[in-house]
Amino acid sequence: MFRLKLIPDNSSFPFLNLFKFGFVFSAILIALSVGSFLYQGLNLGIDFKGGILIEAKSKQGSADVQRLRAELGEMSFGEVSIQLFGAEDEVLIRIQKQEGDEQAQVQVIKEVNALISDGYTVRRTEFVGPTIGAELTQKGILAVVSALAAIMIYIWFRFEWQYSIAAILALSHDVISTIGFFSLTSFEFNLATIAAILTIAGYSINDTVVVFDRIRENFRRYKSWEQNDIINKSLNETLSRTVMTSVTTALALIAIMVFGGPVLLDFAAAMLWGVLIGTYSSIFIAAGVLTYVALNRSGDDTADIPKPEFEE
Amino acid sequence: MLQFEAWKRLVILIVCLAGLLAALPNVVSVPFYPGKSVNLGLDLRGGSHLLLRTDINAVVTERLSDIAEGIRISFREEKVRFKSLTSDENSVSFSLRDEGDASIRDTVLSEFDDDFVVGTQAGTTIIAFSDSGFLELQSRTVEQAIEIIRRRLDPDGTKEPVIQRQGVDRILVQVPGIDDPERVKALLGRTARLTFQLVDMRITGAEAKSSGRVPPGSVLLESASNDGQSYVVEKRVMVSGDMLETASAGFDQNNSPAINFSLNSIGAKKFATVTGSNIGRPFAIILDNEVVSAPTIRAQIFANGQITGDFSIQESNDLALVLRAGALPAPLTVLEERSIGPGLGADSIAAGQIAAIVGIILVIFYIVLSYGIYGAMASAGLLVNLMLILGALSLIQATLTLPGIAGIVLTMGMAVDSNVLIFERIREELRRGRGVRDAIKAGYSRAISTIMDANLTTLIASILLYIFGSGPVRGFSVTLGIGIITSLFTAILFTRFLIVLWINAKKPKTLVI
Repeated sequence: MFRLKLIPDNSSFPFLNLFKFGFVFSAILIALSVGSFLYQGLNLGIDFKGGILIEAKSKQGSADVQRLRAELGEMSFGEVSIQLFGAEDEVLIRIQKQEGDEQAQVQVIKEVNALISDGYTVRRTEFVGPTIGAELTQKGILAVVSALAAIMIYIWFRFEWQYSIAAILALSHDVISTIGFFSLTSFEFNLATIAAILTIAGYSINDTVVVFDRIRENFRRYKSWEQNDIINKSLNETLSRTVMTSVTTALALIAIMVFGGPVLLDFAAAMLWGVLIGTYSSIFIAAGVLTYVALNRSGDDTADIPKPEFEE
Repeated sequence: MLQFEAWKRLVILIVCLAGLLAALPNVVSVPFYPGKSVNLGLDLRGGSHLLLRTDINAVVTERLSDIAEGIRISFREEKVRFKSLTSDENSVSFSLRDEGDASIRDTVLSEFDDDFVVGTQAGTTIIAFSDSGFLELQSRTVEQAIEIIRRRLDPDGTKEPVIQRQGVDRILVQVPGIDDPERVKALLGRTARLTFQLVDMRITGAEAKSSGRVPPGSVLLESASNDGQSYVVEKRVMVSGDMLETASAGFDQNNSPAINFSLNSIGAKKFATVTGSNIGRPFAIILDNEVVSAPTIRAQIFANGQITGDFSIQESNDLALVLRAGALPAPLTVLEERSIGPGLGADSIAAGQIAAIVGIILVIFYIVLSYGIYGAMASAGLLVNLMLILGALSLIQATLTLPGIAGIVLTMGMAVDSNVLIFERIREELRRGRGVRDAIKAGYSRAISTIMDANLTTLIASILLYIFGSGPVRGFSVTLGIGIITSLFTAILFTRFLIVLWINAKKPKTLVI
């Protein structure tokens, strides 16, 4: 019977030899991410920066971005960005936070609406005032930090502290490089991005836990083996599953990217990046770090491996 | 035979049945069926989301100014001489010229209850809101504002807007299915305080403006239309909007839009008295501190009148509506707005559906290629999972947003993980030389602790997302969280049941998974 197997049975990749390349690659990745973040920062969306976003669809024919740019440029709203959005007849207009209070912002929305209402239908208006922007930023940072902390505590309970450290290193690696991804690509960083980062964290830790579970189990199964050989074997044993799950998740994400419309495009792209980096990090960072610490072979017996009873 | 306990079969049956019943209204509409379909978020069905702040300081300032006026009148009646009676946004203060009037002062001040802090130091009396009084005023203001907003946005009670207090002084407004979000803001943008005050004839608006002097007891107001005119009107309010019985849009004798109103009995009596004794004087109609018009009183007017001004038909309609609904107790500021037109919402639903269908087909294709008939069983689990998510969303009436749809598609990808873990385990057990049934049993029991660990961590992330997220992001976390729970059910119980049925029926000698 035919079976599609991307990873052959009994695979034996020499992961131990690959770890050093992984570390170098990750070091470059993190350096690039941090550098880009410091140098060019993030393309913050209005959720965090405050400002106005208007999506409009041309009533007839394709949208004339040049003309809109000229017309809106005359209005002295400060920085105005206009780009096609998803289709030829749709534009996304972003207007920076206006001087003055919230009333001033609402006034601008009114003026833009009046200006474009002849040729365009306004499909979406979003406006975030400075107060809310600051609150959302705070909440976003809190969400990511507390998620990392909660996951670390969970791993600590279920495994031992060495695993917890390795997992949190891998997670931080994913979060930093995802933020770096957003900085380098200039994708808009908004509320949905925070959701993407947390989901990536969840996905990555999921992967890491599967590898850790296997390492712990193999410690008990192969009592005389070297620690590094056990880690290598565990990675190979779980590799088929890792690839399988990554591919199914990636397929779902590609479907969202291609068919989910422009609103979800950035979100899905970020998630796809996260699936790749999360899979990579659970092998090369999480497991890689474990080769440098001495693990307790006996483990605690409360978190034991299940021993199935075989009837018949 | 592989065992599968009866109670587990029962659980599977009940959960699937419940899921089917709960999900049903999303697919077909059954008459008299009590279930509800999924609650679509504003980003999918179109509508306006507004976060408003009530400007409590304006209310406090106004109340304190009223109190100062009250004290002024009381002292005049009692012939008490006083100086520097002023009010600002924090307090009212004054001093007596003659301390011999202290007992009268104390009688006047005894009217102030716990809502205020009253104190006299070095001859100066200060009256301010106490903390509890301020909170009380704030609560009452926000609640009144919510009531007025409801009457303005939903006069017929048909639109089901969400209007909720959030935090201390904020109000969340969500109006589904509107075409023109600007109109919502226009309806909420004015407090609509309507008053009728006599015009002060001693000085013209222009004179007052250039000299900067306004006679005591009067105030200088601008015209509502942009004609640059200004008026000096008496501070005393003769008739106010809360005495309106009704208001409707109509036309004046020149056929331009106007508002017809009628007053309740108290208002009518006052109106008749004032107009009767002031024939020939202009009577200013003032809306939110701007003079709409100041017609000269030609004859005594009783209950019915007309407000003319520079209105469009839409404006006169809206103005009549907000006058009927009553004045807001405080001005509202828009802190956040997210409005989606109905067209975009429909497009998003269509895009989300296509993405979901394509995503599921791709995933099913891949797992069937990888695990054959067992992959098909996992796929059946996937479809049941989808049904359960839909059912759960309908049951708890959670809001499905566009990111929520993304969450479902993502769950489809990740839900397979549990099955993959199990199948890979079974493969391993087979390679170690176990028999068919042993391999299946060992595969399941060994994989479960891994599955639990892996899913619980994702669940933690989704719960935090719910706690800290807002709007559409919350929708995403809800579907992700529900998806994790339902996928545990389908992987551990449903798909396993299918496999047990298959093995027991076919009794294969070897297992190719």
